[in-house]
Amino acid sequence: MKYLFSLPLFCCLLAPLAAQEAYLPWRAENFAIAAPLGGLQGDAARGRAIVASRERGNCISCHLLPIPEHPMHGTLAPPLFGVGARLSAGELRLRVVDEKLINPETIMPAFYRDPARYHRPHPDHATTILTAQEVEDVVAYLVTLR
Amino acid sequence: MRRVLLAAIALLPLAAPAWEQPVSGYAYLPEQMQAMQDDEFENPGMYTVEDGGTLFRAPGYNGNSCAGCHGDNGSGLDRKGIARYPVYSTRHGGPLTLHQRINDCREQHLDEFPLTYDEPELIKLETFVRHLARGEPVNVDVSGPLKPWYDSGKALYHTRIGQLDMSCHHCHDRYVDLKLRDQVLNQGHSNAFPAHRLLTGGVSSLHGKFRDCYATLRALPYEVGSEEFIALEVYLHARGNGLPIETPGIRR
Repeated sequence: MKYLFSLPLFCCLLAPLAAQEAYLPWRAENFAIAAPLGGLQGDAARGRAIVASRERGNCISCHLLPIPEHPMHGTLAPPLFGVGARLSAGELRLRVVDEKLINPETIMPAFYRDPARYHRPHPDHATTILTAQEVEDVVAYLVTLR
Repeated sequence: MRRVLLAAIALLPLAAPAWEQPVSGYAYLPEQMQAMQDDEFENPGMYTVEDGGTLFRAPGYNGNSCAGCHGDNGSGLDRKGIARYPVYSTRHGGPLTLHQRINDCREQHLDEFPLTYDEPELIKLETFVRHLARGEPVNVDVSGPLKPWYDSGKALYHTRIGQLDMSCHHCHDRYVDLKLRDQVLNQGHSNAFPAHRLLTGGVSSLHGKFRDCYATLRALPYEVGSEEFIALEVYLHARGNGLPIETPGIRR
């Protein structure tokens, strides 16, 4: 009975562990990842929020995007206007997941790379940058940029 | 024919990459910040210089003070000598940063216990001493015994780190002049350090800045005063050879 009270506390302590989902392996073929990560369905509206958010995607820190309500987009990387017309969903997915497979010299972070391959990651950030669902959301948004 | 073509290609003047001409971070500051750095009364880093000066004149454990040997305002210190740090020290068998030199001097001549790296008192003293050489071009000799540290610092500078998996080289060599959000990327030179940073509202040492850079890349930083950061310091100072010392500079 005494231990019953500590059960909620125990659950709270475990919660952050549960929030960290397992890394899903993916396979690139022909410069694209054709299948959605984990078969998940992306949502373009959520993707737009992730792209603009400083904490999550932070894409606008380098890319110019049609998100006028946020000022100060970076100029470090190519603008992404019309990128959905130039590249397929699979090609976009690979570029979000790990651009280094296309350009090994790139500055662009890999947003869904095996965390075991990071060099000296901070313990607070030893996960993929985005979750699989977030990657799919971002891809769903980028496809709409025509 | 082919040989002639190859020879012709070899004779073409090689365009030097932009980063081989060092440009101080000062040039990348907005006008107001440049004015703030130039004006001794506006520059908030000058408080640290004054604090450093007070420590410089304060008696140590055995009653001596830095000023006792080097003059009240550090007039006995050689400006050109300050600009040569980090130097190779036979006693240490490796590089000796200005920070360590001051700490050693306190220990040997004031009978003080050595302070740990980046302790506020040492940062103040370093800021004061480097400020004495303001305007003096950085002049670190890495052709001699410092070469191995220069090389490993250079390797560290080009190593991708952290969750963002970028290196210093990416931002501060390859994408200089471009904008990350509203911030223009500069060449990442060390000539303004210890510098007053607007982000923290205080004077930060070079190693403190390294630690922040590592945090930005979501990487696990090395310890301040570690062999890795000292090697990086040797590389960065030598990379910015010729730039005027701006301590205390104003940086983001």
